[in-house]
Amino acid sequence: MTETRVLLIEDEPNIIEAIRFILSREGWRVDTTSDGGNALEAVRSRNPDLVILDVMLPNRSGYDILCDMRADEEMRDIPVMMLTARGQKKDKELAERLGVSTFMTKPFSNAEMLASARELVR
Amino acid sequence: MSFDILVSICVAYVLLLFGVAFWADKQAERGRAGWLRSPVVYTLSLSVYCTAWTFYGAVGYAARSGMEFVTIYLGPTLVMVGWWVILRRLVRIGRSQRITSIADLISSRYGKSNALGVLVTCLAVLGTTPYIALQLQSVTLSLDAFSQSGSASDPQSLRNTALLIAAGLALFTIIFGTRNLDANERHHGVVTAIAVEAVVKLAALMAVGMFVVFFVSGGVGPTLQAIDASPISSWDTGADRWATLIFLSAAAFICLPRMFQVMVVENSDERHLATASWAFPLYLLLISLFVVPIAVVGLSVSPEGSNPDLFVQTVPLAFDRNALAMLAFLGGFSSATSMVIVAAIAVSTMVSNHVVMPIWLNLREGRAALSGDVRHVVILSRRLSIAGILLFGYLYFVLSGGGAALAAIGLVSFTGVAQVLPALLGAIFWRGATRIGAAAGLSVGLAAWIWTSFLPSFGQTGILTPEIFAHGPFGIALLRPHALFGIEGLDPLVHSVFWSMVLNAGSFLAFSLLSAQTPLERLQGARFVNIFQYSGGTRGWRGSAVEAEDLLMMTQRLLGASDAQALFRTEAQRQGKSGSLPDVTPAFVERLERELAGSVGAATAHAMIAQITGGVSVSVEDMMRVADEAQQILEYSSQLEAKSKELENTAGQLREANEKLVALSFQKDSFLSQVSHELRTPMTSIRSFSEILMEGESMSAEERQKFSQTINGEAVRMTRLLDDLLDLSVLESGQVMLNRQEDMLGAVLDRAFVATGQLGVEATMVIDRNGSDEKVPVRTDCDRLAQVFINLISNAGQYCDAPEPCLRIHVHEIDGRHVVDFIDNGSGIPEESQAEMFEKFTRADDHRAGGGAGLGLAICREVMKRLGGEVDYVAGLGGAAFRVTLPGTESAAAGRVG
Repeated sequence: MTETRVLLIEDEPNIIEAIRFILSREGWRVDTTSDGGNALEAVRSRNPDLVILDVMLPNRSGYDILCDMRADEEMRDIPVMMLTARGQKKDKELAERLGVSTFMTKPFSNAEMLASARELVR
Repeated sequence: MSFDILVSICVAYVLLLFGVAFWADKQAERGRAGWLRSPVVYTLSLSVYCTAWTFYGAVGYAARSGMEFVTIYLGPTLVMVGWWVILRRLVRIGRSQRITSIADLISSRYGKSNALGVLVTCLAVLGTTPYIALQLQSVTLSLDAFSQSGSASDPQSLRNTALLIAAGLALFTIIFGTRNLDANERHHGVVTAIAVEAVVKLAALMAVGMFVVFFVSGGVGPTLQAIDASPISSWDTGADRWATLIFLSAAAFICLPRMFQVMVVENSDERHLATASWAFPLYLLLISLFVVPIAVVGLSVSPEGSNPDLFVQTVPLAFDRNALAMLAFLGGFSSATSMVIVAAIAVSTMVSNHVVMPIWLNLREGRAALSGDVRHVVILSRRLSIAGILLFGYLYFVLSGGGAALAAIGLVSFTGVAQVLPALLGAIFWRGATRIGAAAGLSVGLAAWIWTSFLPSFGQTGILTPEIFAHGPFGIALLRPHALFGIEGLDPLVHSVFWSMVLNAGSFLAFSLLSAQTPLERLQGARFVNIFQYSGGTRGWRGSAVEAEDLLMMTQRLLGASDAQALFRTEAQRQGKSGSLPDVTPAFVERLERELAGSVGAATAHAMIAQITGGVSVSVEDMMRVADEAQQILEYSSQLEAKSKELENTAGQLREANEKLVALSFQKDSFLSQVSHELRTPMTSIRSFSEILMEGESMSAEERQKFSQTINGEAVRMTRLLDDLLDLSVLESGQVMLNRQEDMLGAVLDRAFVATGQLGVEATMVIDRNGSDEKVPVRTDCDRLAQVFINLISNAGQYCDAPEPCLRIHVHEIDGRHVVDFIDNGSGIPEESQAEMFEKFTRADDHRAGGGAGLGLAICREVMKRLGGEVDYVAGLGGAAFRVTLPGTESAAAGRVG
């Protein structure tokens, strides 16, 4: 079994550090990018097993990135876990309509986040 | 018979007439007019047509011109028989428009033009004056015939007699003709007296006739033989003259002021016309019956050279029948006086109403309405007019020398008054006739008449010279009075009638077609021409053109389909019809109109129905009602409009308030959402790391230390955010307490730099200040001002992207106010962000650990607002440049700082 690779697209340094710490303990490899503008390119080039995607990103919103991924032949099937500080119902609905795999509201419980991530990469 | 007895009888007769007139007036005053207003009296009063000219003149006419005199009776007979066509209209118009004279009728029809009234009045005076002279002449001649028995008396005594008669007639006319002001209040006394006179003259003429036939000629048979033998019976009159005379007498019958007076003004009941239509021709027949026998016998028994005009009187005298002669004299006297009285009343009304009163009112210049003596003035002016007209008649009598034949004078008069005919017929039959046209026709006709008939009537040696008759005025042959435009050989009368009427009618038509009507003319024209549709209460009904469906459709539009259909079905049932559409009967239309009036108003309903039924029955009153209703609707609708505007305003205000509320609510939602977001982000780190720490395993002390610091840092960040939020909320709500104190600007800046740590070794950027510029005293809440400075300095420290960051503080004055510029050497703020960067939660770039929540500039703006200053971004100074405008003068700042 090959190493599980996760691409974390998030711009808050402390959150990046926390998630990286949690997933690294699982033996996963965590790559990060903070810029929404080149996020899609990063996904395409790294072809990760899981994308963890923040909504509020500089230059491009997480919804746009998700939308483009689902429209793309190669990236369509990559599971996406969406993280957002906006926990409103309509945000979640929008994400689901766009084809999100899991939607999580900040702040999240480490265990829950890990369980969801495991579920998605299996 | 002595002259004294004659005069006594005369005076007695006049006194009798006074008595009759007085009695009739009294009866009418008591409301017992009764038979005084009967068709018989009306018919007899029409006999003013038969003047002394008829009484004496017809016989003379017959003696001179044979049967031609009959035309004078044929014209009126035709008019009376055809009363339905013209007279009925005139009477109806006269009654509905309260017409006082023929001049009034013309003036009223043509837009109440007084100029026309004056014109017709002039024509009437000119046409009546010779006629009155004629009456005076005949009475004096007949009186003279008694006293002198044939031989001519001296002219001076004749004139004196004429003057006496004129004065007496003036007196009678004034007494009975001007009792009432309103011409529509009829002159019962006068009319009754005239009816009596009509009986007297008929009786007298018939008595003389009987005498001639049965006593002189010895029966009907011998009389007819004598007539046959006499030249009178020969019909040598040309057809043109016949036709002209019949036309002329018909026209005069309608247009003569006195005829108009008795026929239209004195008419008390339109139905009397129907009786008069056969009774008056009968009267004419009777009065003309013995004309020819008297003329024939007169010619045979009178000495050569005697005046045939007096045969009626001289024949009985020749046989020494004084009583009969006396009766004949009274008949002639009656004919003359009745004509003079009525003509004087009619013409004086015109003169007074159209000439004297307008002048008097003009002279008074509007004061008339204020004074109460107008009525008195009107009566006085009428009385003076009567006297004046009789004086004119007397003068004409004196001037003309009393020489001309009676019939000739009569025809001159007839031709004159006939000039009114085109304008009169136009007035009642042609809506297109205009004031200008009528004036043109009347003027041209009047001129033609004066030139071809009136002036020549004074004789070849009178006013016109034989020279003019032969060669025209100033030698212009085309204008010869008896051969106008070079047409010679016509009988002078035919010539005059032809030219005056052709020129008159031609001008009338041409100018009417060329000129425009005033609104009043149009209105009056419609009322006159359509008199039978306007008056009488019910509309002019033309049922044939009406469709029940049309009415139903219109009704549906007004009442709604079901109500309208129910209404029509009910009506159909009432008429006993099986369908749902009733017959359109006048009764139904009246009912329908009432029904519709309930929803659209009476006048509109009337007008709408009239439109469909085709009766154009809109009177002035109708129009006024429509106008009134329209006015009310207008007022109501303007009220509604005002109200609706008010409501609209209120709705607008509500809408605005609502929009504000919605915007506020949206702002609140987005604010809460932003706050939630800003709090969740540090909370995420705190929760995540604290969970990691709680698990506690496989972690170096270093890691533990680092995670704890992160948690602490995020907690500090959250605290700061909450502080900022609270601060902003206090500032925005205006509840902030300002602590005003005095300080130097430099000192405030110093404190700000200390607070941001941008002093000495800690400094991350070069600070460029000029201490002397900063020696500006400030009197404000200096802590708050420092807070703004701190924000701007830390923003520069945080966001300036130059490799060697530098912040320049530039203090200067703009428009008398001190400003502090904070200019760094970075790349500045992108233009698209400049507008929104003072809003809450706006950050120049992405999050940085420990970065602000984006409330800093929003707080700065609120603070400066409270302090009475400003903070703005200034583009184009190189790098990011913020300008703080310090609070203005002492007082201004104090004013704003609550």
